[in-house]
This record gives sequence, structure tokens and C-alpha cells, in this order.
Amino acid sequence: MNEYFLSILVFSPLLGIAVLALMPKTQEVAIKTVGFLATLPALVLALVAFIGGSDHLKKYDIQIEWIRFGDYEVFDLFKIDYELGLNGFSLVLIVLTAVISTLAAIASVHIKKEWKGYFMLFLLLEVGMLGVFAAQNLILFFIFFEITMIPMFFLIGKWGYFEKEKAAYSYLIYNGLGSAILLIVIMVLFARTGTANYDALAQLMAVENANTVAPFSETLKFGLLIALLIAFGVKLPIFPLHTWMLRVHVQAPPAIVMLHSGILLKIGAFGLIRFGMGIFPEQFKSIAVLLAVLGVVNLLYGAFLAFKQSDFKMVLAYSSISHMGIVLIGLGALNEAGIQGAIFQVVSHGLISALLFFLVGVFYERFHTSTIANLGGMAKGMPLTAGFLLAGALASLGLPGMSGFVSEFMAFLGLFEEMPILAAIGCIGIIITAVYLLRAVLGMTYGKANRDFIAVSDLKSVEFIPVVALLALIILIGVYPSVLSDPLHSTLETIMLGLGG
Amino acid sequence: MDLDTLLSYQWGAMAPEFIILGVATILSIVDLFAPKRFDRRILGWIGFAGILAALAALMNLFAVDTVTILYDTFKLDAFAKVFKLLLLIGAALIMLLAIGYRPKEGMEEFKGEFYYLLLAGLLGTMIMSSSGDLITLFVGLELLSLSSYILAGIRKKHLPSNESAMKYIINGSIATAVTLFGMSYLYGITGTTNLAEMTNVLPQLNNSQYSYLMGIAFFMLLVGLSFKLATAPFHMWAPDVYQGAATPVTAFLSVVSKTAGFVILIRMVVIVFSNTQAGATGVDSVTPLLFKLQDFIAVLAGVTMVVGNVIALRQRNIKRLFAYSSIAHAGYLLVAVTSMSVFMFESIWFYLGAYLFMNVGAFAVIQLMTANNDNEDIAQFAGMYKRTPWLAVAMGVFILSLAGIPGTAGFIGKLNIFMGALISEPAHYILAALMIATTVVSYFYYFGILTQMFFRPSPVDGEVEKKKIPVGIGVAIGICVLATIAFGLFPNTALDFFHTNFGGFQ
Repeated sequence: MNEYFLSILVFSPLLGIAVLALMPKTQEVAIKTVGFLATLPALVLALVAFIGGSDHLKKYDIQIEWIRFGDYEVFDLFKIDYELGLNGFSLVLIVLTAVISTLAAIASVHIKKEWKGYFMLFLLLEVGMLGVFAAQNLILFFIFFEITMIPMFFLIGKWGYFEKEKAAYSYLIYNGLGSAILLIVIMVLFARTGTANYDALAQLMAVENANTVAPFSETLKFGLLIALLIAFGVKLPIFPLHTWMLRVHVQAPPAIVMLHSGILLKIGAFGLIRFGMGIFPEQFKSIAVLLAVLGVVNLLYGAFLAFKQSDFKMVLAYSSISHMGIVLIGLGALNEAGIQGAIFQVVSHGLISALLFFLVGVFYERFHTSTIANLGGMAKGMPLTAGFLLAGALASLGLPGMSGFVSEFMAFLGLFEEMPILAAIGCIGIIITAVYLLRAVLGMTYGKANRDFIAVSDLKSVEFIPVVALLALIILIGVYPSVLSDPLHSTLETIMLGLGG
Repeated sequence: MDLDTLLSYQWGAMAPEFIILGVATILSIVDLFAPKRFDRRILGWIGFAGILAALAALMNLFAVDTVTILYDTFKLDAFAKVFKLLLLIGAALIMLLAIGYRPKEGMEEFKGEFYYLLLAGLLGTMIMSSSGDLITLFVGLELLSLSSYILAGIRKKHLPSNESAMKYIINGSIATAVTLFGMSYLYGITGTTNLAEMTNVLPQLNNSQYSYLMGIAFFMLLVGLSFKLATAPFHMWAPDVYQGAATPVTAFLSVVSKTAGFVILIRMVVIVFSNTQAGATGVDSVTPLLFKLQDFIAVLAGVTMVVGNVIALRQRNIKRLFAYSSIAHAGYLLVAVTSMSVFMFESIWFYLGAYLFMNVGAFAVIQLMTANNDNEDIAQFAGMYKRTPWLAVAMGVFILSLAGIPGTAGFIGKLNIFMGALISEPAHYILAALMIATTVVSYFYYFGILTQMFFRPSPVDGEVEKKKIPVGIGVAIGICVLATIAFGLFPNTALDFFHTNFGGFQ
């Protein structure tokens, strides 16, 4: 059972796809129920693994021979195994994925057409996201990574808003280029070492002049790391590779943006930590300053532009850029506090942005607008929505007691230790964050009312589940951070060991 | 040659060829004497059965060691076997397409020719893949070319089809002449037409002047064969011919004929020139000429990928678009030829296999979608998901595979080629980067078709018309979808087969 545990976890949404394929496409309620139920097995299994503790993750490993290029069985080279496994970091992200997927499935009640195709793609996307975090070799990672891309293209292009096709294309091309660069890195590593396994590669790269199929120079390693930075920089996104992500945030349906901003962006951070730090620790040290600078630029750029936006979705989109800057800042610090802060930020921002985008979906459903000025006075008609919105914004700006605070605090703690001046500049970003979020949220909840909210219903029935669940998790991490830091402990130690300190 | 020598040959090695030849002969005779009203589709099924029989005969031969008969002109080695397998499968699927092909002006009276010319073309490609001699190689090449010229013009009353045949025959003859000219140099220098003897003679040539003559021979052959491969800058004929020809013929040209082109390229150019020294003295005397000329193939590959993918962006006609796409794929395959890594044979074979399934599948769908009214605009695909969901999903799979998206055979094929390009020392970084960059460019037009199928509303209003899919085409599409996904998820089934049967070949 243990051996197949992870495979079942990752591929369980496929069961939902199979069931959906057999259903008639007009039964809206049944389809939505099946779509929601199909996300549950992964959630339950992920929680089982999480509760089981991070000390026994080895037992979930699975390795089956899959592809063998060339006839080199004797040397055991050029083979790609089907291998899944977990460490503390990927476990946390898998739980996050499962949670947000289930909640996004609930948020999909607002989808208006072709529910069958929607949920089939949705579940395929979930398989891709779970697989990305569970994969144990680069090629398997890449395959799952690309599997997320195709459903996203359709989900944006078909179920999005006015400029959906343009958004879908810019998503496709930016991410296509990003994954093209990633593929080059992966294949250079694979072709020249004959293996794609994370651990094997990390060992080979750690030794100078290791005995590989083809030689690896220091310049090559450095070049590969820079390529990785660009590839994942598109995904994260790092300024100036971010424009596609704004379009997606605005044009995609809110349930999909929950997944996109909650999880897909995090693959960039995951990749940088797992491959950048994991495989090239030596070279990573030399670009730490660059990362920190990029992080501060992201933080300030996103914050300043968020301040100018009149559409709440755009505010959130720039706020995502800004918050991803904090991830980079944490990574750039290269010490335990910084990296832990970065990982915390990954999880925390996943939860917060999912919450905020769910609320966007809720009031977009009712008013068909997300322009701040048009939503003024919302607290009058929808007090609960307005309240949760404020709570989400407070979490996002880093109010103590909520998850945003812990992660920002740790990331900056790390950076102040290494580069105090840069950190001081970055702190301006935190202040602006508070300003733009409060400006936007207060403008909507208490601003001048441009409409009467008489016939409008507040949050109702199923809509409570995601809001309450997400807020509970945000506060849980805020008041009891050990729930995250315990499972991450051993992973962090491995990373720090690789970095040599 | 007396009867005893004749009988002493292992004719069994030629069993697949004999079967194809026999069936083609029978079909032509039956076609000649059958009454006019006779439904000639039955001939197509006989042809299909013949190809399957040849396939079975070939599978039977896999256990047999390398056999050479007819004074080394016919050689059944591992290389011939694995590539013949591709050719036969491709031809079988295309035969299914041909059986279901019904253009609007009707072509009942030519139907018989359609089938046995396909078989004749197939026979040509099979002889090419097995030939150990320039003469048989050329005979095979001409058999393929002549059949293809007629096939391109088989829609006698359809103007574009006539244009296509005319362009094809003129361009094709020039290319053949160039190839023959190149071959004449080889013969002139070595004094033999036999490839095996040639590889014995060539290393002993130590006059540095010869390497220039060999260089000319190399370029002539490469240019002549580039025409068959449809690689830039010798690709001009492809879009016009592909557009005008009947869809099954287009599929034949882009799959079987292209495969044959690569077979002959490897058989002749790669094998001969890797045995030729680059010069008489110093380092040159130990480097094969081929390695010195590697860069030229690399340039050809690069230009082909760029031209194919970039021009495809502007196409509105679906068959023209696929013509450029198939040019681009020839470019990817040339990358594998250029890198000459240990993975060369494996990656070319696998990619051609994957390409066979995804491309024939795509052409089958195109044939269904354009059959009614010869309208080949991409807009014809608009709202296809609404009209025929399963067909749209099948086409989606083919296109994703052509674009090289994981989960499909096309991805594994590209991965393999890519690996070959990066493993050699020095690695072909530029070529690899170009390949991946042009792949991203190709997303634009491949996903453009997907956009039409899944996002755009159907031009046909009101009640959705149900399309009846002919059995043959349905089966062909089914097989192609299954193979595209199966070799994408479990590529080892094909790769293991290849390693077992190809193991010792060099």
C-alpha cells in the first residue's frame, strides 16, 4: 500500500475524469458534485501523509523503471524511472495543492457553461500540480510541469473573461519559453550525466570533475543555474518577466486564478529551491546578491503599481508580484531564517491569494465588476463578504497573528543578517503594501456607494466553506508556525548542508 | 547465372517485397478486367490485407540474421528491418485513408490505380531501405518517385491536383538528376556501385584531391535527397504539392516518402562518408569526411526548422500549414543526423515512428473535415468540438504530439533527439537551442488550430450535423491516437523492441 500511496494520491483526480467522461453534459449539479468529490481523495491522502509526520516520508518512495534510452543497461545510464517521493517541503506543497484544489472546485460553482469539459481539465491540472511536487527526477518533473500548462491554456481561453484568448496565448508563449529553457537545462544535465534523479545529480555536481559521460565545466554549471533562474523566473514571476501573469490574473475565471496564484506560481519558487539550491549550491551562493536585489525590485515594483490600480484584480495581481519578491529576498539571504521565510511565504501567499480571489469571484458573480470605485459601500449590503475581505487583506499585509507576518518577518530577519542596507530598502515595500491593500479594500467596503445593495445576497451556503477554511489555516499558521516549520525542519537542514553552513 | 545459383539464394528474405509486388500486380489485373460498375473499394481492402501480410512476413524475419542476396545488392539487416516496419505500418494506415477517400467530383474510375500505385510506391521505399548497391537504391528511389508523381495528380478533374503533379514531376526530376550526378562521382572514384565494397575502397584512397571530389559527391547527394526530405531551401515544392494532392497522397508524401528519404540518407550518405577520410595527411587522414561536413548539415537543419515553423505561422490553408509543419519536422530529424551521437539511429527511428502516427492521424482528420467541399481554410475547424467532440479530441492529441507536449510520443521523440544533440563533445548547443525555440514558435500555429476547434463558435448554425465516419478512417484514427499516447506514456515498448532488434548493428 505504502508503495502505491503517492501514485494514488497524484493520479486520483483521473478517476473523476473517467466518471465525468461517462456523464451526460447537461447535468450541471451532478457534474459539479463529481468534480468536487474527485478532489477529495487527494486531499484525504495528503492530510494522512501530513499527520503521519515528516520523519517517515521515505516509506512512500516508489521507483519503477520507465524509459531507457540507448542500450546502456550495463552502465545503468540514460534511464528515466517513474519515481515519486516526498520530503518535508514537497509534502507541505502537496497539502497546499490538495487543499486549494478542493476549495477551488467549490469556487467553480460560479462556472456558467460546459461544466463537463471544465472539470475534466480542472482535474487534469490538479494531477499535474501534485505530480510536479512529488516527482523525483527532472524529466518526470518536466512532464508534470507541462501537463499543467495545457489545461491552463484551455481553462483561461475558454472560460475566462473578455480578453481570454489573448491571455491564454500570452500564458502559453511565456510559459512555453520558460519551459523551453528549463528543458534545455534538464537535457544538458541528463545527456551529460546519464541520470536525471535529483539526489544523484546533486552528488555529481558537488564533486569537482566528477566522472560524468561528458565533462562539466564551472562555467557550464553557472550558465545552467542562470538558465534555471530565467526559466523559473517566468513562472514566479520575476520582474520583468511578469506581464503574462497580470493578464491571466485578470482574465481567467476566479476559481482558476485561485489555483494559478495559489499554486502554479509557487512551482517557480519550488524549482529554484529544489534545483537551484539543491543541485548547484556552490553557484547559487554567487548569485545570492542578485536574487536579493531582484527580490527587492519585485517587492517595490509590485507594491508601487498595485497602489495605482483601479481594478481590484489588478491590485491583487501586482500584490502577487510584490509578495513573490519576498520569496526571492528570503532565498537571497541564504541563511536558515531566510529560506524558511521564503518557504513560509510560498505557503502563506498561496492561502491568502486563494482567499482573496475566491472573494473576488463571489462579488464578481453578483455585480459583474471588480472595479474598486463601482463596489464602494459593499459593507452595507454584504457585511460578511466585506469582513472576510478585510481579514484577507490584513493577512496579506502581514498583520501579526496571521501567516503573512511570520513569513515576511523571517525573510527580512534573514536578509538583515546578510545585507542590512538592501533589507532596509525592502522594508519600504512592507509599508506600501499596507497602504495599497487598505486603500483598495477600504475603498470597496466603506467607500462611496455608487449602487444600492438591496437585492444582493451575502455569502451563502457553500461559499462559506472555502472562506472559513482558508482563514482558519491562515490564522493557524500565524499563531502556531510550528505546524509548518516542523515538517520543513529536515529539508531545511539538508539545504543548509548543501550550502555548506 | 544458372538455376542453382538462383535457387541457392535465401529468397525468403525478400518475402515482404514479394507479397507487396504480388498484391500490386493482382490488383492491377483485377482492375483492368473488372466491370466498370464494380466497387473498387474492395481492391483497397485487398491491398490493406496485402500490407498486413507483408508486415507479418517481416515480423517473421526479425529472428533471421543479416542476409545478403543477389550479389550483395539486396541486404536484409537490422537497419532495413526496423525501418521497413515503419514504412509498412505507415502505408497500411494510409491505405485505410485511401479507402475512405471520396472527393466530390468522384474518382471511381481511378480508384484501382490509387491503391496499386500506393503499393508500388511502398515497394520502392522498401527496396531503398534494403539496398546494398547504388543501382537498387536508385531503382527504389525512382519507383517511389514515379508512383508519387502519378498519385499527386490522381484527381484528374481537379485543377490544383494537376498543378501539384506538374510541379512535383519537374522539381522531382531535377532532384533525381542531381542525386544521380552525385552517385556518378562515387562510382567514378571507387569503381564500384556496391556500398559494402565502397566502404572498403574508400579508406584506402590517400590522394588528397579525392577528398574534394568526394566533397562534391556529398553535396550533390545531400541536395538531391534534401528534395525528398523536403528540407529548406529545397522545400519549395512541398506546400504546393501537399495542397493540391488528394489528402491520402499528401499523407503518403509527408510520412512514407519522407521516412524513405531519411532511410536513404543514412544508408548512403552517412555510411559512405563516415568511411571517407577528410584528407590525406595529418589529423584529416583520421577524421571522417562526414565530420568535417557536419556543419553543413547543421546549417541545413537550422534553416529548415526556422523556415518551416516561421512560414507556417502565416498559413490559412490547413494542408499548406501541415506542409510547413512537416518541413519543420524534417528539420528536427536532421538535428539527429547532424549530431551523429550514439543515439542517432534510435532517435531517428523513434521520431519517424511517432511522426508517422501523429501525422497520418492528423491527415485522416483533415480528410474528414475537408471532404465535403474542398474548403481547406482553418476556419473549417471552427466549433469542431461542438460538432464532433471525439474527433476534435483525437485531433487535439495529434496536434499536442506534433507540438511536442509531454504525454505524447512526439515529446519523447524530441527528447531523444535533443539528448543526442547535447551529448556529443562539443555539444551542439546552438542547434539544440534553435530546435527548442522553433518548437515554441510552432505552438502559435498548432494552438491556433486548437483555438479554432475548441474556442470558436461553429459556422453551422442550429442543429449540429452528425458526420458519418467511414470505418477505415475511424480505425486509422483510433490506432493513431492509441499509438501516439501509448508511445508517449510507455515509450519503452518501442525502445526495447528497437534495442533488441537493432543491438549489434553498426
